[in-house]
Amino acid sequence: MTAMQQGLQRCDTCGLLSRPAPGEDEGRCPRCDEELVFRKPDSLQRTLAFLVAAAVCYIPANVLPVMTTVTASGRESDTIMQGVVLLWSPTGWPLSFIVLFASIMIPSAKILSLGYLLITVRRGSIENNTQRIRLYRMVDLIGRWSMVDVFVDTFTVALIQLQPLMSVEPAPGLFFFAAVVVLTMLAVESFDPRLIWDSASSKEIQPEVQYA
Amino acid sequence: MPDKNQSLPKVPESKVVPKKRTRLSLVWIIPIVAAVIGVWVAVTKIMSEGPKITIVFQSAEGLEAGKTKVQYNGLHVGTLTSIHLSADHHRVIATAQMDPKSEEFLVKDTKFWVVRPQISGMNITGLGTLISGDYIGVELGQSKESERNFTALDTAPLVAGGTLGRFFMLKTPELGSLSEGAPIYFRHLPAGQIVSYELDKSGEGLNVRVFVQAPYNQYVTPNTRFWHASGIDMSLSSAGLRLQTESLMSILAGGIAFETPATGPLLPPAEANTTFTLFNDRAEALRPPPRDPYTFRLVFKQSSVRGLEPGAPVEVGGVTIGEVTEVSPQFDMNTMEFSVPVTISVDPQRYGVRFLNVPGDEDATVRHRKVMDILVAHGLRAHLKTGNLLTGSLYVSVDLFPDALPATVDWAQNPAEMPTMPGKTEEIEKSVADLLKSLNQTLTNTDKLLGSANKLIEPNSVLDTELNNMLQEGGGAARSLRVLADYLERHPEALIRGKTGEAK
Repeated sequence: MTAMQQGLQRCDTCGLLSRPAPGEDEGRCPRCDEELVFRKPDSLQRTLAFLVAAAVCYIPANVLPVMTTVTASGRESDTIMQGVVLLWSPTGWPLSFIVLFASIMIPSAKILSLGYLLITVRRGSIENNTQRIRLYRMVDLIGRWSMVDVFVDTFTVALIQLQPLMSVEPAPGLFFFAAVVVLTMLAVESFDPRLIWDSASSKEIQPEVQYA
Repeated sequence: MPDKNQSLPKVPESKVVPKKRTRLSLVWIIPIVAAVIGVWVAVTKIMSEGPKITIVFQSAEGLEAGKTKVQYNGLHVGTLTSIHLSADHHRVIATAQMDPKSEEFLVKDTKFWVVRPQISGMNITGLGTLISGDYIGVELGQSKESERNFTALDTAPLVAGGTLGRFFMLKTPELGSLSEGAPIYFRHLPAGQIVSYELDKSGEGLNVRVFVQAPYNQYVTPNTRFWHASGIDMSLSSAGLRLQTESLMSILAGGIAFETPATGPLLPPAEANTTFTLFNDRAEALRPPPRDPYTFRLVFKQSSVRGLEPGAPVEVGGVTIGEVTEVSPQFDMNTMEFSVPVTISVDPQRYGVRFLNVPGDEDATVRHRKVMDILVAHGLRAHLKTGNLLTGSLYVSVDLFPDALPATVDWAQNPAEMPTMPGKTEEIEKSVADLLKSLNQTLTNTDKLLGSANKLIEPNSVLDTELNNMLQEGGGAARSLRVLADYLERHPEALIRGKTGEAK
């Protein structure tokens, strides 16, 4: 049994349960004036849109260089993967691993996880609900940490300006990488985890339920 | 008309179906924008990529895929993307991603080479690569034919692309101490370099390709002479010892100098790739070209031509008018005579001899013969003279000997034979011989004299005995004189009175 099945809406901000005005789906919380919805509007569609945008940006983020090093020997542009390879050494492997983990594995894992969640919710799957909500929480939690790479890059650019010996410039790949991180975070934000449970509860009681 | 509805007994009620929300969310703009930007970036990236070329190298030393740059005059025009071995494992094939604007210079005669630090006899180049790593240099080609596969040069071309100047070809029988990169001097200023040299197809000489850089190339005219300025030019000739060198660098590395003779017409600069002769030294190079040469044969009978070499001058009154071209001994089986004819080439005009009052109405050859006949009739003779007592080198002098025996030029022979006179040396030799002969005579006489003198004074000879007697007589006389002197001392009056009895 869910609040929606009972025709009740719960305020996300103050937690007050209220009944929407007759004939209206949307209203405002009588206590805190927060917008009330049964489920986040267009949740699946918006999540999918952000996810597609993130996936599109993920390609140039990895193909284009993220950093250009200007030294006496000339300019040298490195992509994220080249950076990982460059850092890989008997002593530097942990650092290389962090970059690989934060910059390549986490964004791709996020995109794949959200895609999996979207598909299962769309198909009304009722299996592994607990696992899926855990996955969602994890994705939400680690999302912001992907920005580490962007921070490192911007710090490096700001700090290493030893003209004319050496300087570091941001390269276009960095902007795409930042876009991937932001877009995946937005996708997580627009996904309503309650949808995972909707199909489960609707299959129990109301098989033909229509959800947003 | 609501009443009508009620009159109808069983009308089904319309089904209320909640509106399906098929409206596309505005949020889809975001992936569309992302896709558009992504496609745009991809397109610009592809557009910004120039052609891919392959360069074949002998060795991959210093080359690194993804790092090694292709540079033209210090400007980045491409990067090596991969290096792999050729199918036969002898060479290295490198693939380079060029910049899009490099399209136009990727033509057939574009050259690539690896720039490495290099220290040669002349200069030190590519020091920058010690820090930056080796890079690939490019020299732009002029061809119109597009090309994508190149073979790298082993070494950097000596003349950087775009250097103003001109290439010329020099022909030389031997290279001497010249080498690639050896300098070319114009009035002791470095004006260019030897770019390359190769053996003539016939194998009889070398073609040396030189580059004369601007602004010196404008001083190379079709009349310009090039000569070896290598090392120290030391010559010991009848003119004495000569020591000449262009610069310290040319002593070490060899070199070529050029100059345009002041005499002669002022010509426009020579075209590129004009062929010149490379002379051995400056004197030879600057000697005026033959203008009106005549060859003569000289036969010096009963005299040695030792010290006479091809190239020795032929002089008239101390002025050079030609040179000895050949000294070739011959033996005549008929007359059983051995002679050394000397061939000379006489070209007075070349050496600046001016002819005054020349009758101009006849053919040059006829006139020449006529003049020679007259001169020989007046006693014109060739004779050998010693140019340098130290080295014993000879030269040919042509002078007038009014008392000479009559002779004519033998025009029938080719080359014509000019009458000769015994040279001064021969005269000296003769007089020395005479002198020696008389000296010998004198010595014999002296010997005889001494012999007879010896005879006179040998023991028991008449002279000896008589001499002894004479000496004894002399001794007696002296004794008597002493007695007399004693007596006179004691009795001076005896001089007046004569001997007295008292004295006894």
